[in-house]
Amino acid sequence: MTTLDSSKEIQKNNSEVNETHEDFRMFGLITFLIADGMTFAGFFAAYLTYKAVNPLPDGAIYELELPIPTLNTILLLVSSATFHKAGKALLKDKNSDSQKWLFFTAFLGIIFLICQLFEYFHLPFGLTDNLFASTFYALTGFHGLHVTLGTLMILIIAWQSRINGGRLTSQNMFPLEAVELYWHFVDGIWVVLFIILYLL
Amino acid sequence: MTISIDPQKTNNESLQPKGWLRYFSFSLDHKVIGIQYLVCGFLFYLIGGTLASAIRIELASPMSDFMPRDVYNQVLTLHGTIMIFLWIVPVVNGAFGNYLIPFYVGARDMAFPRLNAVAFWLIPPSGLMLVASYFVEGAAQAGWTAYPPLSITTPQSGQIIWILSVLLLGGSSIFGGINFIATIIKLRRPGLKLMQLPMYCWAMLGTSLLVVLSTPVLAGTLILLSFDIIANTGFFNPVLGGNVVVYQHLFWFYSHPAVYIMVLPAFGLVSEILPVHARKPLFGYTTMVFSIMGIVVLGLVVWAHHMFTSGTPPWMRLFFTIATAFIAVPTGIKFFNWVATLWGGKISINSAMLFSCGFIINFVFGGITGVALAQVPFDIHVHDTYFVVAHFHYIVYGGTVFIIFSSIYHWFPKVTGKMLNEKLGILHFVITFIGFNLCFAPQHWLGLNGMPRRVAEYDPQFQLVNQISSLGALLMAISTIPFLINVFLSVRNGKNAGDNPWNALTPEWLTSSPPPVENWEGEAPLVEEPYGYGKEISEQK
Repeated sequence: MTTLDSSKEIQKNNSEVNETHEDFRMFGLITFLIADGMTFAGFFAAYLTYKAVNPLPDGAIYELELPIPTLNTILLLVSSATFHKAGKALLKDKNSDSQKWLFFTAFLGIIFLICQLFEYFHLPFGLTDNLFASTFYALTGFHGLHVTLGTLMILIIAWQSRINGGRLTSQNMFPLEAVELYWHFVDGIWVVLFIILYLL
Repeated sequence: MTISIDPQKTNNESLQPKGWLRYFSFSLDHKVIGIQYLVCGFLFYLIGGTLASAIRIELASPMSDFMPRDVYNQVLTLHGTIMIFLWIVPVVNGAFGNYLIPFYVGARDMAFPRLNAVAFWLIPPSGLMLVASYFVEGAAQAGWTAYPPLSITTPQSGQIIWILSVLLLGGSSIFGGINFIATIIKLRRPGLKLMQLPMYCWAMLGTSLLVVLSTPVLAGTLILLSFDIIANTGFFNPVLGGNVVVYQHLFWFYSHPAVYIMVLPAFGLVSEILPVHARKPLFGYTTMVFSIMGIVVLGLVVWAHHMFTSGTPPWMRLFFTIATAFIAVPTGIKFFNWVATLWGGKISINSAMLFSCGFIINFVFGGITGVALAQVPFDIHVHDTYFVVAHFHYIVYGGTVFIIFSSIYHWFPKVTGKMLNEKLGILHFVITFIGFNLCFAPQHWLGLNGMPRRVAEYDPQFQLVNQISSLGALLMAISTIPFLINVFLSVRNGKNAGDNPWNALTPEWLTSSPPPVENWEGEAPLVEEPYGYGKEISEQK
């Protein structure tokens, strides 16, 4: 086939030209996060509409205790700061410091999930009790799924930033920057969720 | 920060299978992926077309004698879902987008080749899953909209498989959209300005924005719907205090933009085809760009015009009627520009041109009925009747599918290096055009006289018109035969096309046919005027 013959030539030519292009991986990630944010926006819109137009049955419980979610908000905000610390440390080639901060961030994420589960087990309503309960579990559960994935990714990059043989260095910051952006995104969503679901 | 492309890595391409085996592999070449999308989509088109024929056979008589009523509902659900999610959306975005966009921006591949291959390979399994859902007990029968409470109360196993399949296809669509946005914005060849891009790039940029902004909402909605079915929650179940109208709002927030996801790329493709075969520059490039972006913005805020009978309050009806009517303005500008492109041109009457002109005629008709449907009093009269069926088939078949065929006739020489047979192509066009209009034009009358859609039986007074419509459907089914014969004959012993049989100026024609892996020998050409046809002629003089 003609394709194959000409393709061989092209590859030979290309190996002589070393082309460069801009790094647009972060651009792709931001686009993805906008899409992800739209999923949450859909959930929030559904929740607010229900709140506005669908009265709950008599005797439905929808009072939420505030201490645990407030603690969770603080945990996530602090974890955003510690993640930022990890990035700064890596930029200065202090890999072991960076790794410590990353493990600490992952630890905060795990504490968040444990608190969330603790709250689930002590709530006076279950998934199918009423519309508010269903929406509450759907929203916090979907966010919890994001935190779980984020924590796993933080653990992976913490392993990758080890001193001997880790691929995460000050020359290759992208994995850390990508997970950091994702983590800030998840934190931001939590703040919006906290305001809409618990405070409003 | 910049990334240098490691030459060693690109050489790994040669480790991948050669020849036709490439099309069954996890290939990273955008041209291979484009053809994978096209052929895969066409196979599903044949399945969806068979289902459409079954529907028209059933409707040839007023009684449900060809198939039981619930089977009829399952067939029309599968027909709609396959045609939208497995034929039109993947082909008009994935197939042509993957094949053409890297050429148009002067790149060697898409921005994220692996993501691209993943996006394609999500489609065959989810498509097979969708087809398989028909054979489980209790196949989905709530239409492609899957409105609750119908989708919750009908048998559920098929509906759940349907939801999973659509979720995967939505994921594929989002990955594709991210890839197109990154490719068009970030991967342009140095020196190529945004306003010099061929129009299809703008159309794909607008479409991808819609995909990224609206598809996730559908995904979230379907997850909630599946909770209602599996976990017995009551989001959309009125018995448990839920609200079905919330589902409709969320669903149409995706599915109205989905209409533009299906039709904007066709607008882009026709803008590539008309100037080449009319030998004139595209009329009004700048207005075209702004119309596309106008349609994108307006397309996101008109969804509730599908819901005028769902108890929408008057202010909502007013807003969505006006917003919908506004969309006619940018769309009208585009049609004006295409007619002006043809005006006084040196038009060659070939299959690609004929299908494009067929598109203009059909789409203007579908657009006019669309503006009519946006008016609340009229919409309430014809809601859920055959008038709506006729309207959206004029848009998606008369519009987009005509352009898919037009594009196949236009780019077949580039993809294969062989010409398609023109006589068979014109025969294909004539049968399709007559069959299509015979099938769907009478349905306007049926709808105005009150024949409801999605019902297997109807009042006997409508029989004659329904039989005319079924005859048209038969012609449409027959029209596929000359097309398939044409493709098979031409791939084997078609006339050699050469690199640029149409003397076109857009960048994909400046390389060999079929193009080599990585698109160009040496540097990508800088095409500053993709539509400079008049100048070309004056220079020759």
